[in-house]
Amino acid sequence: MSDFFFQLHPVIQGLIKGLAVIAVIFPIAGICSMAERKVSAWIQGRPGPNRAIPFWFAWVPVLGPFLQRLGIFHVMADGGKMLFKEDSLPGHVNKFYFILAPIVAMMPALTTVTAVPFGAYFDPAGRTIPLGLAPVDVGLLAVFAVSSLGVYSLILAGWASNSKYPFLGGVRASAQLISYELSLTLSVIPVFLWINAPGTEGTMSLARAVEFQSQPGFLGGTWFIFLMPVSALVFLISLFAETNRLPFDMAEGEADLVGGFHTEYGAFKWGLFFVAEYSHMLIGSGIFTLLFLGGWNPLPWLSLGQFAALLHVAHLPLAVGVLSIVIFLGKVLAMIFFFMWVRWTVPRFRYDQVMKLGWQKLLPLAIANLLFYAIAIAVIQK
Amino acid sequence: MAIIPLERKPLTLAERTYIPQILGGLKTTLARLLKPTETLEYPEQRPAIPSGYRGVPTLVRDPNGREKCVSCQLCEFVCPPKAIRITPGSIPVDAPTAHVEKAPQAFDIDMLRCIYCGLCQEVCPEEAIFLQAQYSMSGYTREEMVNHKDRLYELGGTLPDQHHKWDKKLAAEKHGNAH
Repeated sequence: MSDFFFQLHPVIQGLIKGLAVIAVIFPIAGICSMAERKVSAWIQGRPGPNRAIPFWFAWVPVLGPFLQRLGIFHVMADGGKMLFKEDSLPGHVNKFYFILAPIVAMMPALTTVTAVPFGAYFDPAGRTIPLGLAPVDVGLLAVFAVSSLGVYSLILAGWASNSKYPFLGGVRASAQLISYELSLTLSVIPVFLWINAPGTEGTMSLARAVEFQSQPGFLGGTWFIFLMPVSALVFLISLFAETNRLPFDMAEGEADLVGGFHTEYGAFKWGLFFVAEYSHMLIGSGIFTLLFLGGWNPLPWLSLGQFAALLHVAHLPLAVGVLSIVIFLGKVLAMIFFFMWVRWTVPRFRYDQVMKLGWQKLLPLAIANLLFYAIAIAVIQK
Repeated sequence: MAIIPLERKPLTLAERTYIPQILGGLKTTLARLLKPTETLEYPEQRPAIPSGYRGVPTLVRDPNGREKCVSCQLCEFVCPPKAIRITPGSIPVDAPTAHVEKAPQAFDIDMLRCIYCGLCQEVCPEEAIFLQAQYSMSGYTREEMVNHKDRLYELGGTLPDQHHKWDKKLAAEKHGNAH
């Protein structure tokens, strides 16, 4: 089976891998939308959506009612509605850019996935081979470069809608995304300063960052969230701002901007914005996990290799690969839950507070953090 | 009262970062998430109706099965939204309750107009109309939302009082002392 796969043309191999990843991301994005509604409900003391069920599924004894209570069928109803309802195009919009905007939103969201490794296995020689679509050495740089293109979709959507509220939403969103990108990028530099010790091969690869956190010894196995808590905090806050999540929900601002940049959108085009937002969240959580939470290592100071040896599966590449993907996805989903949890805890900032926090607090903090670690790493690594 | 100026302490560094406060908030929301939900899932679970609840107005019978309403129309006149419409009628002379003389020929309460104020119940001299525990009314047409006399008695049931006002009146009349 695997021999057959490796004999295929590399383009076909890539195509299959890409489709497999999309086939995982889309359902996760859909389930995230339901998880969002469920977590909101539970935090507010409600049971959440729990009614929809196809009549033939209601006959399944225990599983049917259980899935009904979980609201699984609401996901399908939502998706079906989004696909099949009339996709109206308002008469006053710039049609070309109006249709282009949701497509532009999806592109960076799906492109960044290629540079994110999501698992690893050990080859017979004992080396760690990361699992990912494109094992590029620029890793994080590629992700940052492409994901910052996502702001164009908001600007395009806001501008092409030719309407006040979407325009304001687009302006707000673009200013916010550009402000927090600085802190986001500055906060991860210490991590790579520490990884790229003198004498080693220079890399920006995310897989290398995980490998660095799975070394033996106390310091080697320490996750970066413990080594560089300020970096992690700045990165996390900027991530909330970059993904337009509450408390930085300026782009949508339901109370003051109707629906923000996507006010004029509906049906499938709106759904694309929605999936793009969740994909951004997934990828952002993935990068946070890789950089600061030890990637696919199950626990701090317990690397994937040791864990696989404990379970006696270290010699089976397939088992190790699946195990690593499960651990990584588990951490990413925990991060997604954290996003939702914060949403119902911290109230939305005012726009001037967002700007003040970004430029006057986070950016100086990120720079000071960078200087501190630059000097400390220079002293330690000589 | 003297004005007491309160000293407002400057925020500590930890407070100015908001991080302890946000962590406290996260703890609160997590505790809320783990608690059972407060919601009553309505069609399956019904709320407990307290006594004295003012639900749908209904007509009641006395323990002997006599309809208590004598169609005096006080409720019709007092009804603020004019939801009640009574057509008075007389009781046939050969009926056992002929001495009551009057009973409603038709009694309609338009539930699309009713505001559940309870004035009809308060004004009724015969204790014939009561706002009872039913709170859920629905229908597909306007006509379905009008409760007619038979429906009102079906909803109302029997009031287990032992006044028997009209029987006593009849007995007193037979003794030649009506008042």
